[in-house]
Amino acid sequence: MSTPSQAGSDPLLLVEGLKHSFTEAGERVRALRGVSFEARGGQVTAISGPSGCGKSTLLYLLGLLDRPEAGEIFLGGRPMAQADDDSRTALRNESIGFVFQFHFLIKELTARENVALPLRKAGSGEEKALEQADRLLGQLGLGEKTERFANKLSGGEQQRVAIARALANSPSLLLADEPTGNLDSENSEKVFQLLLRFAREREIAVLLVTHNPDLAERCDQCLPMRDGLIALDLES
Amino acid sequence: MNSLSLKLALRFVFARKRAMSMSLLGIVFGIAFFVVTQAQTSGFEVFFIRTILGTNGSIRVSDRFQDLDGTVSKVSKDGSARFIFRSRENARYVEGIEYPQIVRQALEDFPQVSGISEILEGTAVLDSGSRKHVVQVHGLRIKDHLMVSDLENQVIHGSVERLASDRSGVLVGSRIAERLRLEPGDRVTLIGGTENEQLRVSGIFETGVSQIDKNRLYLDLSTLRSFLGKPFGGSVFQVSVKDPDAVAGIAAQMQETIGHRVVGWQEREKVWLEVFKALRVSSAITVSSILLLSGLGMFNVFAIMVIEKSRDVAILRSMGFTPRDVSAVFLWQGGIVLFAGILLGSALGFLTTYGISRIPLRIRGIFSTDSFVVNWDLSHYLWAALISTLFVGVASWIPARRAARIEPAKIIRETL
Repeated sequence: MSTPSQAGSDPLLLVEGLKHSFTEAGERVRALRGVSFEARGGQVTAISGPSGCGKSTLLYLLGLLDRPEAGEIFLGGRPMAQADDDSRTALRNESIGFVFQFHFLIKELTARENVALPLRKAGSGEEKALEQADRLLGQLGLGEKTERFANKLSGGEQQRVAIARALANSPSLLLADEPTGNLDSENSEKVFQLLLRFAREREIAVLLVTHNPDLAERCDQCLPMRDGLIALDLES
Repeated sequence: MNSLSLKLALRFVFARKRAMSMSLLGIVFGIAFFVVTQAQTSGFEVFFIRTILGTNGSIRVSDRFQDLDGTVSKVSKDGSARFIFRSRENARYVEGIEYPQIVRQALEDFPQVSGISEILEGTAVLDSGSRKHVVQVHGLRIKDHLMVSDLENQVIHGSVERLASDRSGVLVGSRIAERLRLEPGDRVTLIGGTENEQLRVSGIFETGVSQIDKNRLYLDLSTLRSFLGKPFGGSVFQVSVKDPDAVAGIAAQMQETIGHRVVGWQEREKVWLEVFKALRVSSAITVSSILLLSGLGMFNVFAIMVIEKSRDVAILRSMGFTPRDVSAVFLWQGGIVLFAGILLGSALGFLTTYGISRIPLRIRGIFSTDSFVVNWDLSHYLWAALISTLFVGVASWIPARRAARIEPAKIIRETL
């Protein structure tokens, strides 16, 4: 496990006693039962565990897509759990990037237009946003495929476009929900290396949900989850 | 933000060409049919009004009446008089205008009046030598009558000048001329008065209103007075005004002032005008149903699209799009289809209306025409656009609202 450059600084993300439940197929699912941890800029944190242990739910709460029933999320020192919708929406655009297992690109847009979306939303002009998108895609080895529509790219390429989109607004927190889960080993490695590289270069706190124990091993911090709790807390 | 939502909407619309084309076609045809049917129904109405104004004038002043208890006159606080006539039910009429000169002078004082023509009416039989026909005879001073009618343009053979220069001249309705096989210059006899009158056909007129064309004759007022044995009175006035649409108020004011029965063209032709109005409204309602159906089709397309696009909506929300931004994407899609529909529908409606106006169609009924009569009116296009905007607005607003309420975490969780 490598050590992040700012391991000693204040945590970028501080999670305290997060609890959450939701209804699925008519049944109440207690997804999180009091999760606490912290993550720092430049650090890649793996969240691992079996299906249904609450990994993805945790990610959506951290990404401010949902509100926890209890607990608090501090992002850059600011409490966000009960912040108003406008603040949460603005923060999602400015400070948080998402990468999903199935990339979730908008198929009606080209690669560069997908990447430019968060930039446009943040207020950049179209030309400037597209230039920046091209630069990012170039850094991810997709400089030749910027004009291709999302569904004309391979799975690995689509995932790299999704990473570029997540990085477009230079977020301080990158949430990746099994980004390599749908890729072969070669592409998985590429994507992991990219996440690692950007975390280091841009001081981004990366939270990586993964089923892959080897990948989890190589992260700066590993949080194994079970039954809605971090396993370490469960043992203690 | 709007331009980004618009761009996304454009991409979404063009990615669903088939479904969107069907919605678009519904709007295009709905608007085109609306415009065409309105142009036709109002075309016949406008034609009828123009003809009737050109023939019978805006206002008709006839019998003197003695009002018993139907009139209320009112003077406002600032002293300006305002006349309101409530009822003619209890009025007693004295046939014709007794003192035409005095009434004429009173009418000339109305600033809205642009022409006054005295007319004496009677019934007679026209004998061409081989055939006879019962006719309504109108005696008039042709110079005055040209100020209150479109008679000059209605003469299709011969001329009004011949009537002006020949006191034995007569202008004959086209259907009478057809039936009696008359041409300008032919001699005819008017039977039924104190004595028969020998006349010469000065011209043949066609108003387009069958009832007039097959019954009416115009001849000099003094000739008819002599024929009917009415040297004085008994006549009516046909009056034209500068603004025919303002006739109702002017007529009421005239009636109050001169004490004679004054009827505006809107009241006179009320039955036909209501028939035309009913036709126009009925066709508008019928054709609006096409727009309603296309709106329902569009609602269906958008409702399905919201389900299909729920994952994209969740992603947009994760990138910082607000619910309002999301709903704007769907509203813009409706707006794009609506805008294209209005443009294409209006163009199609215009071209079809033009094409229809060129179709030969011989009508000889309440009026005569040899082609479809259409009315070019911008309001038809505006109404079509307004109705389609209403239907498309609702059809896209409901799905847009639903899209804005999508919970991103729930959708992403369900997608995985």
